[in-house]
Amino acid sequence: MAESPGATEAVPALREQAVDALTRLQAELGDSIVEHDGAFGDVVVRVRRDAWRRSAQVCKEGLGCDYLSFIAGIDWMPTPAVVEEGSGDTSTPAQPKEQTYGVAGSDGRYQLLALVESTRRKSWRVILKTDLPDDDLHAESWVSLYPGADWHEREAWEMYGFVFDGHPSLRHLYLPSEFEGHPLRKDYPLLAREVKPWPGLVDVEPMPGEPGDGDDTTSTETTAIEAGESA
Amino acid sequence: MTTTDLPTPGELPEIAVDPAAFRHLADAQVNVELDTGDMVLNIGPQHPATHGTLRLVVRLDGERVVSADPIIGYMHRGYEKLTEFRTYPQITTLINRIDWLSSFANEVPFIQAAEHLMTIEAPPRAQYLRTILTELSRIATFLLFLGEMGLQVGAITPAFYGFRDREYVLNLIEAVTGGRFHPNFNRIGGIKDDLPWGWISECRAVMNKTLASCDEFDDLVVGNPIFQKRTRSIGIIPQELGAAYGVSGSNLRASGVDWDLRRDGPKYLVYDELDWRVWTHPDGDSFSRYWVRLQETRESARMVLQMLDQMPSGPLMAKVPRIIKVPEGEVFVNTENPLGEMGYYVISKGATGPFRTKIRSASFSNVSILPWVLRGVYVPDIVTILASLYFILGDIDR
Amino acid sequence: MGLVSSGKTPKPLQHLLNYSRKYSLWMFQWGLACCAIEMGAALAGPRYDVMRLGVIPFPASPRQADLIVISGTVTDKMAPAIKRLYEQMPDPKYVISMGSCANCGGPYWDSYSVTKGVDQIIPVDVYVPGCPPRPEAFIQGIVLLQQRIMSEDPAERWRGVTREPIVVG
Repeated sequence: MAESPGATEAVPALREQAVDALTRLQAELGDSIVEHDGAFGDVVVRVRRDAWRRSAQVCKEGLGCDYLSFIAGIDWMPTPAVVEEGSGDTSTPAQPKEQTYGVAGSDGRYQLLALVESTRRKSWRVILKTDLPDDDLHAESWVSLYPGADWHEREAWEMYGFVFDGHPSLRHLYLPSEFEGHPLRKDYPLLAREVKPWPGLVDVEPMPGEPGDGDDTTSTETTAIEAGESA
Repeated sequence: MTTTDLPTPGELPEIAVDPAAFRHLADAQVNVELDTGDMVLNIGPQHPATHGTLRLVVRLDGERVVSADPIIGYMHRGYEKLTEFRTYPQITTLINRIDWLSSFANEVPFIQAAEHLMTIEAPPRAQYLRTILTELSRIATFLLFLGEMGLQVGAITPAFYGFRDREYVLNLIEAVTGGRFHPNFNRIGGIKDDLPWGWISECRAVMNKTLASCDEFDDLVVGNPIFQKRTRSIGIIPQELGAAYGVSGSNLRASGVDWDLRRDGPKYLVYDELDWRVWTHPDGDSFSRYWVRLQETRESARMVLQMLDQMPSGPLMAKVPRIIKVPEGEVFVNTENPLGEMGYYVISKGATGPFRTKIRSASFSNVSILPWVLRGVYVPDIVTILASLYFILGDIDR
Repeated sequence: MGLVSSGKTPKPLQHLLNYSRKYSLWMFQWGLACCAIEMGAALAGPRYDVMRLGVIPFPASPRQADLIVISGTVTDKMAPAIKRLYEQMPDPKYVISMGSCANCGGPYWDSYSVTKGVDQIIPVDVYVPGCPPRPEAFIQGIVLLQQRIMSEDPAERWRGVTREPIVVG
């Protein structure tokens, strides 16, 4: 990959500020850290659920991360397929069918993801993850540390069903109050896609590289098409 | 939708704050004979002052706000769920519409995230073009803000000036990309097309015109004593509180925090090759937010002029396969968008589309501070504060 | 006036009524999303000034409006408000659906919170496709609507006969 134009050298797993942050976190949290890894320069730390709020406190007071970027949820169940295999409909990506986990792993289906940053030091940020067991989707709220967590946690509750203990009022943020279900869970179907296929599929042309493709492109933007090349 | 089923705001946490920030409350004594019940005023969702479909439920004691509860979600389109069912090029068309005033800037962090995961880098000319178009959309957004905040405070002329000056910049963007906004011009690996003939000299003329318009706004709005009276010391956001809420961009810089992702974050685009400065203001009130954005408009125009001189020639696209399959991994890329910090946390599992995209939008956090900042202000000040925070509903609700 | 409801309006009077109605449309702009910016550019921008066609924006309330322009995505949370405001408008009233989100759900056709087209809630007279439609397309929608108003029969409208919606483009 290093010879082709446009490819960079492999990005180092952690930049030096991230290594520094990781050392400090390990010193303060000790064995509350289940796993840690790097994601393109940033440190990703997976902590135990009972240390969720404490790790935020460590980040805020110990590491000086005064800025809350976001708190979100992840559902690792595989995305259900909405088109049949072999129908030639490439409008939707075909996601893998096995449940695999990302950076810093996971113990189960649901995870909380948060990112905190510092406005005083450059590129000084920490990505925190924690696992939530399927039968007990509770976590401590960060509102007393980062007041901005109020809305992020309401959104996580609304989209996934995570309950945050200590949150002042966990109610609907985006959706009307009569809405049932938690939309971002993978088993929440998109009804419009089940009723009818993607309306943009007017005439199905074979993708380049598949049999039946007689396309001879000379467009300027794709000057580097080579047959059969894939990432 | 009756008034009886309004949500009751929960108890907000106590935050230690400098009492000098509340000096306009020093005379808030309530006369016992005038002690009447609180009135609930519903502002929105359709209202000229709310910049879109934001609903504010405020409890008033006379003319002062006791508590404010923003109700959002009237523009919630479910972006994060939709990205799970779309391929990367399809998502690029979709995310233009999150912050619909500066559409080009929304694409950049997502495309950069995909490029990081594929470990490719766009060629230098494409990076310059991306930076130029991002700064042009920043100028277009801020010109609208400069005009429209004058409108919210009560003057209608700045709005016409803002729309008129914005048309010049939109002409430029349309000449390159084909769309006034929602250009959908980024591709993974570079940029779709090159500049048309004569664009660079046209751009120089428009940037000089923009600098002249900024001087006009300086005279017309900033120097206006009514505007100053309406905006000075209104809606002060203290530094630590703003950062804890996640307020970003010009709003945080107007509170004195010297933080700009173009300079202080991981390197992206070509900002480190330019000679520019970050503008801050120590006050943290609505006036300083207007002032900081005015200076940033001027700074963006100067940056574009520098880039037009320095732009290298070369290819526009890196070598990418026809069907984009992004390898497995996770990455977070955030950029300094006109409204604040916008970031995408992309989790990919090797398919033609992402597995999960968390979209961190700037206005969501900027608006979450409203319940705190609107406490104790007068009703007309609500409009001033909303205008100065400058949010876009698509950015809040996604 | 019983003339209109009984269908006995003389032709010159009908012509006069239609002529005055088409050049004095008071437009209630329901600007929701990105199309609102293009609509704003058409209304407030000196380049695409729509007031020269007789269409004045910004009525004080929907009870005084003749024309409503739905521009932007309609979500399920917003839909009751649109229905309520449409019902507050007095007849004769016209609806322009601007942009593909208002026409049919647009790029968010499969979302869980988007109404797939505003015509599921209120009847639409003109569809202006585009994402966003240029201000010129929007102005063409208004001009075509004005031509239709000119050729309208008030008695039929009184009886509730609706016509095929116009699609611009």
